[in-house]
Amino acid sequence: MRLKDRLSGFVKAVGLPRIIIFAFFLLVVFGAHYYGLGMPALFGSVLRRWGMFGVLVLAMVPAIQCGIGPNFGVSLGIVCGLLGSLIVIEFKIAEMLGAWGAITIAMLLSIVFAIFVGAGYGFLLNRVKGSEMTVSTYVGFSAIAFMNIWWVTLPFRSGEINWPIGGEGARNTISLASSFGEVLNTAGGFYAIGDDSTGMYVPTGLLLFFFAMCYVMYLFMKSKTGKAMSAAGSNPVFARASGINVDRMRIVGTAISTVLGAVGIITYAQAFGFLQMYNAALMMGFACVAAILIGGASTVQARISNVVIGTFLFQGILVIALPVANKLFVGTDLSDIMRIIISNGIIIYAITRSKGGAASEE
Amino acid sequence: MSSQYVLNMEGISKEYYGNRVLNEVNLAVRPGEIHALMGENGAGKSTLMNVLFGMPVIHNTGGFTGSISVDGEPVTIENPQKAMELGIGMVHQEFMLIPGFTVTENIKIGREITTPGIASHIFGKSLERLDRESMRKDARKALDTIGLNIEEYVKVKGLPVGYMQFIEIAREIDKTGIKLLIFDEPTAVLTESEAERLLEAMRVIASQGIAIVFITHRLDEVISVTDHVTILRDGQFVKRLVTAETSAVEIAELMIGRRVEKLLDEADDHRTLSDDDVMLSLRDYFVDMPGEQVRGIDLDVRRGEIFGIGGLAGQGKLGVPNGIMGLHASTGSILLEGEPVEPEKLGDALKKGIGFVSEDRRGVGLLLEESIEDNIVFTAMQIKGLFLKSIGIGTLYDAKAGRAHTEDMVKQLDIRCTGTNQRAGALSGGNQQKVCLARALTLNPKLLIVSEPTRGIDIGAKKLVIELLASLNREEGMTVVVVSSELNELRSICDRIAIVSEGKIADILHPDDSDADYGLAMAGYKRGGDEVEG
Repeated sequence: MRLKDRLSGFVKAVGLPRIIIFAFFLLVVFGAHYYGLGMPALFGSVLRRWGMFGVLVLAMVPAIQCGIGPNFGVSLGIVCGLLGSLIVIEFKIAEMLGAWGAITIAMLLSIVFAIFVGAGYGFLLNRVKGSEMTVSTYVGFSAIAFMNIWWVTLPFRSGEINWPIGGEGARNTISLASSFGEVLNTAGGFYAIGDDSTGMYVPTGLLLFFFAMCYVMYLFMKSKTGKAMSAAGSNPVFARASGINVDRMRIVGTAISTVLGAVGIITYAQAFGFLQMYNAALMMGFACVAAILIGGASTVQARISNVVIGTFLFQGILVIALPVANKLFVGTDLSDIMRIIISNGIIIYAITRSKGGAASEE
Repeated sequence: MSSQYVLNMEGISKEYYGNRVLNEVNLAVRPGEIHALMGENGAGKSTLMNVLFGMPVIHNTGGFTGSISVDGEPVTIENPQKAMELGIGMVHQEFMLIPGFTVTENIKIGREITTPGIASHIFGKSLERLDRESMRKDARKALDTIGLNIEEYVKVKGLPVGYMQFIEIAREIDKTGIKLLIFDEPTAVLTESEAERLLEAMRVIASQGIAIVFITHRLDEVISVTDHVTILRDGQFVKRLVTAETSAVEIAELMIGRRVEKLLDEADDHRTLSDDDVMLSLRDYFVDMPGEQVRGIDLDVRRGEIFGIGGLAGQGKLGVPNGIMGLHASTGSILLEGEPVEPEKLGDALKKGIGFVSEDRRGVGLLLEESIEDNIVFTAMQIKGLFLKSIGIGTLYDAKAGRAHTEDMVKQLDIRCTGTNQRAGALSGGNQQKVCLARALTLNPKLLIVSEPTRGIDIGAKKLVIELLASLNREEGMTVVVVSSELNELRSICDRIAIVSEGKIADILHPDDSDADYGLAMAGYKRGGDEVEG
């Protein structure tokens, strides 16, 4: 009886979905080992993707806390980040200031874009209170489609950006090798196991950057504005009664989320080595939402720990489960199907119990 | 067997979770009479009606004891349909009409007159055609009975509120076999002339042998139309009176009457209150708060006093504090120590030194998911910049100072909790209220406004909260405004009590004034010629 109580207490504290996902993660790790897949390389890959997606997932925290819910429209921040990066490549900043200068300028430029875009987006979301999730999903899609037009028409002249033949508009994938590709990953990076592609590479700089961003966000949540923002999100009437302009706090939260989206995509792109233009970012918002929800956030409450845990589990499963699944069902392409099932499944789960998540956190 | 009563409810008792809301209540109504059912908010009128209609809320909470008989026959009413079959109808306070339907359609809805057609022979009765002509005639007859001269084919949408009330009544009396009609505060939303017409219609209905139970707060209406009055107080049956043999004053007294326990000892009172030393002053003050409209109030609260604002629910007393705090739009002037407060600027009242504890504790008063500590320090941090420490590039929440203050408050107000990190939502009502008070006190306000301080908390905690307010006033010299539906509570600690009725101040009374004065003020009368004493 007492054991049962303790067990149910544990389940309540950690949350059933996380226990299931973690068990599944362990299962695929054993599976990978069973099939003799190169474990060090797989774990290296998990670490890399953890850092890659981390900041994008972090962008969900201010959005959820300020009351607009999971930011499916993080693509707005993503296109800001892409635009900043393109400008850096176009003007060959890397040749003048080196890779570090290039990534710094890219981030600063995109942050400026993202602040304006995010504020406008927040203004829009204030007009549609109650249906933010639907609206943000379509804003995200529309932003991608809208920028697709501009990617073709903006007057970029750099040979790295333009299509090799034809010479108009940006190409699908743009190499960052000559600007800031892998600059964070290789900073302090080392092989923990082995020393080649079968080994486990630790992208120290990338992870440190991710954790630093988390820490900054943590500090912000402890600040006066951060506290006001959380209050505005969790109980708007309460916030108003304490003299807080709820609409403004929602705009602040949305803008910060958009800024993190922009910084996030640059972090992602430098780790990947390429800028992915056009529809590549279309579904990225969904992956981010799924990751933070797996981490234990609900649609109304999110913590930094949810980001760190959620990103690790989500990306970990994707990285390890896919080769396992391909071994298990030879000749099928389960990888993408699994990704879609996991990410959309967890989103549905979280939305159907949008209040419960917060309660199970206590 | 015939009986002199169309409805006889005897010894009705009802408990909600061990809380007795009705105790041995009797209600006996003769055919064709208008019978007033009176009592303050929470006296048990609605519960009694829920029992009569067999509402699920009664049966889901363990039923009731006592007997009901209709026309002398004992009946069990297990659901509202059964009540309807027995000929009991209800005119609701909120209109249950479909705006897009015509008057006829609204009157006949659910009881349409139909004729068989081809489709109905094949597919059954639900596809019979409507006999619009007979329906129209029925509707006309019902409308004529109550003297409403509108065309029965117009749509309900856009009709004046008063008309809607009449259509509701027409629908009820159109039901065949109706014996008893319940009017639940029908005149509350009507203008004076509309109310007059409604009372006239009630007389007409009663003269046709239909009994009416009339629930209202308006004493003059009771005196003018009813035959008998049944008065409830705190779930107890007080008295059944013949209207002709009583007076408004007697009814008011019976409604309020209970011993007031004075919490404060006059001997300990070392305060000097002066009419010239005004803390809060309202002039020509209107608040647009849905359901609690304030329609022009002039009021002065003196420095150092405990000022009560009472009145029945929906009369506007809650609008007063909510307007000052800027939670609902207001017009008119608000002066705090002579300095204007601008409620349209968010948080202005807080900045100028008014602390507020909302009547909606769980909705407005607390962040239920956050800790006690967060709840207590939040407003002071946002408004006054307290509990913040600088870290060079910005300021952060100073958890150490915040915790120390919270622990201090927990000790001072005796908040029962497992620790300052406990979720506010997990506390009991009384402790939640103390957290709300602690937050308001953290602002160190000049004036503390507490709205419904004891709503929804148990009796022991009620006393603690009231005593706390009293000690804040006596020991810290804080000016306190208490807004409450519980007159008893106001009279136990306040120096003066303003009774708000229909958005205006009916009277400002002294706690020792008679029950009758209070009853009359609640019904909107001012004492004739009596001077308001300090």
